[in-house]
Amino acid sequence: MSAVAAEGVWKFYGDYPALRDVALHADPGACLALIGRNGAGKTTLLRIIGGFSKAGRGQVRILGNDPRETATRRRMGWIGHGISVYDELSALENLSLFGRLYNLPDPHKSAMEWLERTGLERVKNGLVREFSRGMRQRLAVARAFLHQPSVLLLDEPFTALDDRAIAVLQRLLREALAEGRTVVMSTHQLREALELATHVALLNRGKIAFSGARTAQMAADPGWVYAHYDEA
Amino acid sequence: MEFFRQTLVIAGKDLRAELRTKEAINAALAFSIVILVLFSFAFDPGEQETVDMSGGLLWIVFAFAGTLVLNRSFAREVPNDCLDALVAAPISGAALFLGKALANFALVMAVELVSLPVFGIFYNVHWTARIWSLLFVLVLGTWGLTVIGTMLSALTVNIRLRELMTPVLVYPLMLPALMSAMLLTMQLIAGKPLGGENEIWLRLLVVFDVIFTALALVLLETVLVG
Repeated sequence: MSAVAAEGVWKFYGDYPALRDVALHADPGACLALIGRNGAGKTTLLRIIGGFSKAGRGQVRILGNDPRETATRRRMGWIGHGISVYDELSALENLSLFGRLYNLPDPHKSAMEWLERTGLERVKNGLVREFSRGMRQRLAVARAFLHQPSVLLLDEPFTALDDRAIAVLQRLLREALAEGRTVVMSTHQLREALELATHVALLNRGKIAFSGARTAQMAADPGWVYAHYDEA
Repeated sequence: MEFFRQTLVIAGKDLRAELRTKEAINAALAFSIVILVLFSFAFDPGEQETVDMSGGLLWIVFAFAGTLVLNRSFAREVPNDCLDALVAAPISGAALFLGKALANFALVMAVELVSLPVFGIFYNVHWTARIWSLLFVLVLGTWGLTVIGTMLSALTVNIRLRELMTPVLVYPLMLPALMSAMLLTMQLIAGKPLGGENEIWLRLLVVFDVIFTALALVLLETVLVG
């Protein structure tokens, strides 16, 4: 069973087809890098996979189930364009809040553990609105990993991250992949993404132009997929 | 059980965030007190006229001040894309709605409970004659306002003119509940008991609350995800 499966997915904005008959699969333990130019449909596809919006046609399954099912969401982690944590709450309050929403056995303990893993334990009681950009991003990473999701959906995870946050995210993603978790990430940061990816899918104007295993050639030359499969 | 626990988590989060910033509650309190004070200076009604207009005046103030609180309900989730994290979390739309509605209800009730004594002082009205019945009507009317406002706050969260759209949509929908609450409040301040000739308005208020609460609980997931 695929960890993430999309079959014949279409999405229309008015008459414009943002996604056209997209089919994608990611097996457990795989890291799928979803690449493509701006407007290719990466975020639209990822949001449909995550259950944030519905496909016009087609079907999406996460771990064999509908993404909107509560049990599925319990096993899914999400990092979007925003940090998705509350400015008015402290780092610890934010993570404890999500720990309680995910019904973790000890939300406070889990929150403390992830604050430590992301290097934020010294500022645990500081309000997020007082944090630097890098600290906020690390907290966003901690929130996404807090409940140990089996499937991680990451929309442009490396964009605007500082060096430390990139290092933290890459380390956590490597650990997650080693533990058999599945990662699907849309990205423009080809070098960082292709270091981690086991598979690559290129979206072009809403269609899959290429999908396959990441090769050594792709890792050595991040522009290789674009050069061979992307239409101008 | 998990439903109620998650509901309380959401309500606690919203109340904590609001009490830290006090953005909505300060605006709503200031608005309601200023309007009550201005009206008391602008008009000079007699004792009977004051009682006659009490329900209308109070509920217009509560409805306008309430939308300042309700507007913020889902708008609070926008700045850091927090709504995405809530939609991604294993929490039902109904629990999310109920949590937010409870937090809003507490905030709007707080504004009303501060405004009532101000009304009593500036209009020289003995409003405590039927205080428990009055509180009961306040709770029912405020819940109706909260349910409609929270739902429309979710519906308008992604549009640019949400601050304008929420009140524009709330007041027409609230009309039956507002009319009931105004009439009941006026009669209670006049010293008449609940029941008898005003029972139909009380029933209308209860039915309004039940129907719109049920609709909101069922529809919120669709409103957020489509």
